[in-house]
Amino acid sequence: MNAVQQDIGADANAPAVGHILQPGLDISHKVILYLDDISVSFDGFKALNKLSLAIDAGELRCIIGPNGAGKTTMMDVITGKTRPDSGTCFFGQTLDLTRMSEPEIAHAGIGRKFQKPTVFENHTVFENLELAMKMDKRARVSLFARLDDMGRDKIADTLRLIRLDPEADRVAGLLSHGQKQWLEIGMLLMQEPQLLLLDEPVAGMTDEETERTGELFKSLAGKHSLVVVEHDMAFIEQLGGKVTVLHEGSVLAEGNLAAVQADPRVIEVYLGR
Amino acid sequence: MPAPFTLRFLNSLSRTGWIAMALFAVIALGVLPALHLFVPEGSPLHVSGFVITLGGKLMCYAIVAVAMDLIWGYAGILSLGHGIFFALGGYAFGMYLMREIGTDGSYHSHLPDFMVFLDWKELPWYWAGTDSILWAAVLVLVVPALLAYVFGYFAFRSRIKGVYFSIITQALTLATMLLFFRNETGFGGNNGFTDFRRILGYDITSPEMRVILFGLSALVLMLTLLLGRYLVTSKLGRVLAAIRDSESRVMFMGYNPLHYKLFIWTLSAMLCAVAGALYVPQVGIINPSEMSPANSIEIAIWVAVGGRGTLIGPVIGAALVNLSKSYFTVAFPDYWLFFLGALFVMVTLWMPEGVVGLWKRIRTRRAA
Repeated sequence: MNAVQQDIGADANAPAVGHILQPGLDISHKVILYLDDISVSFDGFKALNKLSLAIDAGELRCIIGPNGAGKTTMMDVITGKTRPDSGTCFFGQTLDLTRMSEPEIAHAGIGRKFQKPTVFENHTVFENLELAMKMDKRARVSLFARLDDMGRDKIADTLRLIRLDPEADRVAGLLSHGQKQWLEIGMLLMQEPQLLLLDEPVAGMTDEETERTGELFKSLAGKHSLVVVEHDMAFIEQLGGKVTVLHEGSVLAEGNLAAVQADPRVIEVYLGR
Repeated sequence: MPAPFTLRFLNSLSRTGWIAMALFAVIALGVLPALHLFVPEGSPLHVSGFVITLGGKLMCYAIVAVAMDLIWGYAGILSLGHGIFFALGGYAFGMYLMREIGTDGSYHSHLPDFMVFLDWKELPWYWAGTDSILWAAVLVLVVPALLAYVFGYFAFRSRIKGVYFSIITQALTLATMLLFFRNETGFGGNNGFTDFRRILGYDITSPEMRVILFGLSALVLMLTLLLGRYLVTSKLGRVLAAIRDSESRVMFMGYNPLHYKLFIWTLSAMLCAVAGALYVPQVGIINPSEMSPANSIEIAIWVAVGGRGTLIGPVIGAALVNLSKSYFTVAFPDYWLFFLGALFVMVTLWMPEGVVGLWKRIRTRRAA
């Protein structure tokens, strides 16, 4: 029971009739991400058309769909890069993402991995992780910031997890494509986000790397919520979560992979008329 | 346990770095001034006033080049209007120098000559207090910083980047130059300020004063390099380099690039202003042509020639280009700009990392 409740004389045993708005993420209703009726158009082209989608806390959701279905635009809306023309987009119960800037959204706990791996090629692997690490990211703090032992340990743990510890002092530009993908996933984890948005995380990976990535994601689910956009059906099968099919900017079908693959509308979209 | 600041400071330079710095300090603060002041003029060891002044000028340029490199080489913001901050610093200190002339001007008035010429009866309000060297020093730091902060705030907040930003900075310096060309602005019109006599009552052309200004320039250059070193090895420096390479990625990690850019941009402007304030008493004149767009482009060329993204590169670049400028403008006065343009094209095509990059390549080739 907190101080405010005492002040207003609430009885601890009385049924709650409302709750006090807390800052930060509120997932008391099990939903971590809630998109409703989102529309985005570029020069008349509807990239998203009344898209509605809800992701539960701890869920691992896969999103598939043909090119131009609006997958990347959806991520842009969630991370604040694109503002929707209409509709609502909430992170937890209280955070209205359409009113927040990119850094604010990142701070609130949404991390994003881009389709093209974007690591900082002139920084070392270690520095890439250091930059991503969850901490006070204001300029005046960075001016005097010094890495403490805890931060060092955290980076070392992540390096082991993404199997890049031998490459820690190498410049990230020299990594292979698959390694860059892993580094970016590592950077995402350093941010300690509640929700991870992963845009084609296994593109360009070998089969073995892909499988290891799948294992990693499955181990993250539960503690984190993951939204994975992928084309690789074998990978989606490995992940085994609920699948959402996007088509022309809205949800076409939703369910487990087998059910979705059997859906005649999905077959039509993928195989053409 | 974070290391104490002094230790971090010592670690910011390598051993060779500190040795080079100490060597420079001994030469610039000890040897050259002594050879100028205490060795008689006929002696072959005598260092002439010309050399001291030229050296002081070059060091001022070097400070500007390092300041430019901090924003261009490390933060990826190419300013083609940095001359404006240099000139504003020069003008701010020039106001004090004009007041120090006292009644020794051609018209023997307490007003600067150009104001008498315009038939002004009293100093404009913004000249108030400029007879104090301390107030002038405050102006040197605050006025350019304020301009840089306000301009930078709006430019960076609107996410103006790359070539668009460069063009706007050109426009800014051009517009300010045109403003300063007007007599009514109160800064001497196209003649600017000149005929300085004294600093703190001492003759400005005396060997002692020359040596003091030379030493101050050397000191500020060294401090600028140390500060630059600290900045680029700090986390702030790594964030800036990350912003340079992929700004949107930095934002999705939760950094707000606006404050980072504003900090380094304003700091860079202030360093330029200090260089300008040291430059003006040494060359004895400041006029609006210092704000010409071509001047600012030249600053970028110094940095490109020396090597972007290194701290010693800009110093070398500023010295090389300006020494060859001194030679060319005497030997082939009509062709200097052609030479400068050709130099820029050649450096961009064949030496993208400048002299320092070339040196590194030669060394690795030898080692291989």
